[in-house]
Amino acid sequence: MPETRTITLRINGREEEGRFPAHRTLLEALRHLGHMEVKCGCEKGDCGACAVLLDGMAVDSCLTLAWMAAGKEITTVSGLGDLDAPHPLQKAFADGGAAQCGYCIPGIIIAAKAIIDEHPEPSEDDIRLGLSGNLCRCTGYTKIFEAIADAADDMRAEGGAP
Amino acid sequence: MTHTDMDPGTLANVQFRQVGKPLTRTDAPGKVTGRTPYAGDYVMPNMLHMRVLRANIASARLTRLDVSKARALTGVACVLTADDLADRTAATDIPGQTGQKRLDTDQPILVKDRVRYFGEPLALIAAETRDIADHAAELIEFALEPIPGVYDTLEALKPGAPLVYGSDNIVAERKIKKGDVEAGFARADLIVENTYRTPFQEHAFLEPEVGLAWVDENDVVNIRVSTQVIEHFRPIADALGVPHNKVRVRGALVGGGFGGKEDLTVEVYLALLAKQTGRPVRLEYSREDSFVGHGKRHPFILTYRTGVTKDGKITALDVQMIADAGAYVFLSPYVILYALVAAPGPYRVDNLNVFARAVATNNMYTSAFRGFGALQACAAYEQQMDEIANTLGIDRLEVRRRNFLKTGEPMSTGFVPPSAIWTEQCAEKAWAGLGEPTPAEGPIRTGRGLACYQQSYGRLTFLHDTSEAWVGVEMDGTVVVRSGVTDIGAGQISALGQIAVEVLGVTLDNVVIYNSDSAVTPLAGTTTATRALYMTGNAAKQAAEGLRARLAERAAQEFGVTPDEIDMAFNEVFVIDNPEKTMPLVDLVRTCASEGIHRSELAIFRAPFGDFLDPETGQGQAHPDYAYGAHAVEVSVDVETGEVEVLKSVAAHDVGQCINPAAVEGQIQGGAQNGQGYALSEEMLYEEGRLITPSFSEYLMPTAMDMPNVECIILESRSGVGPFGAKGIGEPAMTAVAPAIANAVADAIGVRVFEMPITPERVVTALQQRDAS
Repeated sequence: MPETRTITLRINGREEEGRFPAHRTLLEALRHLGHMEVKCGCEKGDCGACAVLLDGMAVDSCLTLAWMAAGKEITTVSGLGDLDAPHPLQKAFADGGAAQCGYCIPGIIIAAKAIIDEHPEPSEDDIRLGLSGNLCRCTGYTKIFEAIADAADDMRAEGGAP
Repeated sequence: MTHTDMDPGTLANVQFRQVGKPLTRTDAPGKVTGRTPYAGDYVMPNMLHMRVLRANIASARLTRLDVSKARALTGVACVLTADDLADRTAATDIPGQTGQKRLDTDQPILVKDRVRYFGEPLALIAAETRDIADHAAELIEFALEPIPGVYDTLEALKPGAPLVYGSDNIVAERKIKKGDVEAGFARADLIVENTYRTPFQEHAFLEPEVGLAWVDENDVVNIRVSTQVIEHFRPIADALGVPHNKVRVRGALVGGGFGGKEDLTVEVYLALLAKQTGRPVRLEYSREDSFVGHGKRHPFILTYRTGVTKDGKITALDVQMIADAGAYVFLSPYVILYALVAAPGPYRVDNLNVFARAVATNNMYTSAFRGFGALQACAAYEQQMDEIANTLGIDRLEVRRRNFLKTGEPMSTGFVPPSAIWTEQCAEKAWAGLGEPTPAEGPIRTGRGLACYQQSYGRLTFLHDTSEAWVGVEMDGTVVVRSGVTDIGAGQISALGQIAVEVLGVTLDNVVIYNSDSAVTPLAGTTTATRALYMTGNAAKQAAEGLRARLAERAAQEFGVTPDEIDMAFNEVFVIDNPEKTMPLVDLVRTCASEGIHRSELAIFRAPFGDFLDPETGQGQAHPDYAYGAHAVEVSVDVETGEVEVLKSVAAHDVGQCINPAAVEGQIQGGAQNGQGYALSEEMLYEEGRLITPSFSEYLMPTAMDMPNVECIILESRSGVGPFGAKGIGEPAMTAVAPAIANAVADAIGVRVFEMPITPERVVTALQQRDAS
């Protein structure tokens, strides 16, 4: 049997413990711990459905080993907001019709958060480049671009980083 | 970016309160916060993990299959092979929920002796963990002895070709014979003949096939699965050899379908192992499993021979179509039927000859995909229209204008579509929507293309399609909708909610929609064929209207008026033109409850029932109705590298009536993306049947860097046969995109690439051939 190790993952501000072998990806570990909001689309880093923020940077959790994420700050889409207090991005995506089947959306909203963190006033090119690692098959991206721009506007109007 | 266009002359004087508004979809908040459980997010205690072992050669005899080491591995609960299944088979035919007999086209569930395509399943494994299941798969020993296969439809039609199906590899043939084609050609000033080719396309939904099955206290196999069709419970039961009431399929919000989750996917495998082990079993395909494990879009070879007068009027059309059905039948007979009916496009062609064939090969089987054969026809007829225009030196829109089928005229099958035909209005608006041309610069040439379409919505009339819905109002005035319909991402259930609350005068935040459970939601049919809004929307509207009539009658009694004087809006019930007489809906509902007036209604909607088209002439009614529209694009082409970029993409569709404009735009924009990939970059490539594009690194669909912002022009004729005059937009959104791009590329470089996808290699080759000649 491969070596397993108990690690502590800091997920959406809470510490969670799990015992995983060395080859277990962060995607598998997060879903094992019940974070079903992190979606599996390809397990090869092609589609971005499993993206999470790792110390503020958007990464494909399928290409990150669980052990390597220990001690780092992990944020999933559910860590950004919830039904009662959605993040401006979540609100803009829902109200703007940017989510269709929605399977890619947890990863896309995470990528969008990284875009806005880096470019509070993102250009269309900033948005497109920032989403280039995320595939969506339903929307043609147009409403996703619009939702990210709208959310960035809202966040600047509210005058602070969320 | 987007605007809605209405023609006041044709609109009924209807004031909507919920329908037609860009309301936030009922499913959106859960999806954007990660709260929505998809089929793959359900787990159960004591659950086993499954794996499918597949053949790695496309045409072979299975000479040895030894699973003893896998069965002996610690943690393996069960390994099944064909020997364990007593020759059990699974249906590949169209899912019929209305008593139509299926064709005799079953596929063995597992290979017994003959492998016919790459990836055909050999064994099913259930183990305590996914790692153990993977390890067990490696321990299975099998031997495949190659048999000469056939991988090309033209080869498969030759005498002496290896046989995959029947005695001649012909899976199905359809024809239309209408008017006098020879006389029509004799009258023509010019005959234009071209052959167009289209590729295998992959659905590439982001959520791979997944499901969870368990046996409940009634000995019913429950399957929670990502599917477009919960009514597969019948073929699943048939495959298991149990009565139909012993299988329950529960859907979930689906992570994309596009036709790829229309056939059975993982259900039979799950059901077999859940029954065999008595434990919950989960199966999730990897992306490669998904690419290998479900049918593709049919590649077509389409030869169009068109007779035209010198002023561009079509006098005759002969069309020959060959579709690659792959190794099993699946929906091929119906896909070529759609292609047949769509062959002349949205044009009046009185002298028409169409011959469509589906041919078996040892390639991956092909089946449903958004557009369903009609899209491949459009890829050809719209390129052909440009070829005609260019040959005659007539403006490309003008040539189309001279041939457009008009409202009230008979189409290819002699049937007169009951709704408005606004192709011309759509074409003009889409074409104008491109605005000022982008200038060429150095090796970068620019060009424009237009394509128009006709696409059915609703299933084939000989299937006698029906849909049921139940609408009820709770004691606090909130509304419940129950319908078996699956929601594959287009907002199907939210639209049902919008329709129900429009009729009942409630706001959308006061409705909950239960859907896709074959045991407890009224059976609504499939979410396929652009039928969900048309069929289930009509059923929900009927149910809500039945309930409303009952409530209005009681309210009329209360107010001393007649029921037709009652209106309901924004959770209030009132007498029209008398603001004094009003009460909250909740009070009326409580009154009804206390008096035993029932607060719900179950309705069934029946599509027009028809017979099969005449087998010799192809005449008759194939579908309930058709949608019409146009797509226009501007592209740039680098003549040194062959790279094509789509600069502008403008769609104009008559959707009849928008239920939710944002959802309609979403369909159009997604269709533009799906069609752009089809035109330029997407192709499932097979080498002797073996898939050589098994991931998103090889199979290239448009990314955020590739897509222009798609402009949507929405026309509303309110003439459709759906609720409130709606048509459908799911498939129509994609149909015309690829030929518009092909036409734009040809316009940019002055030479046509007759085969999709129009890759840089093909562009450069076409330019070199032009320069050499």
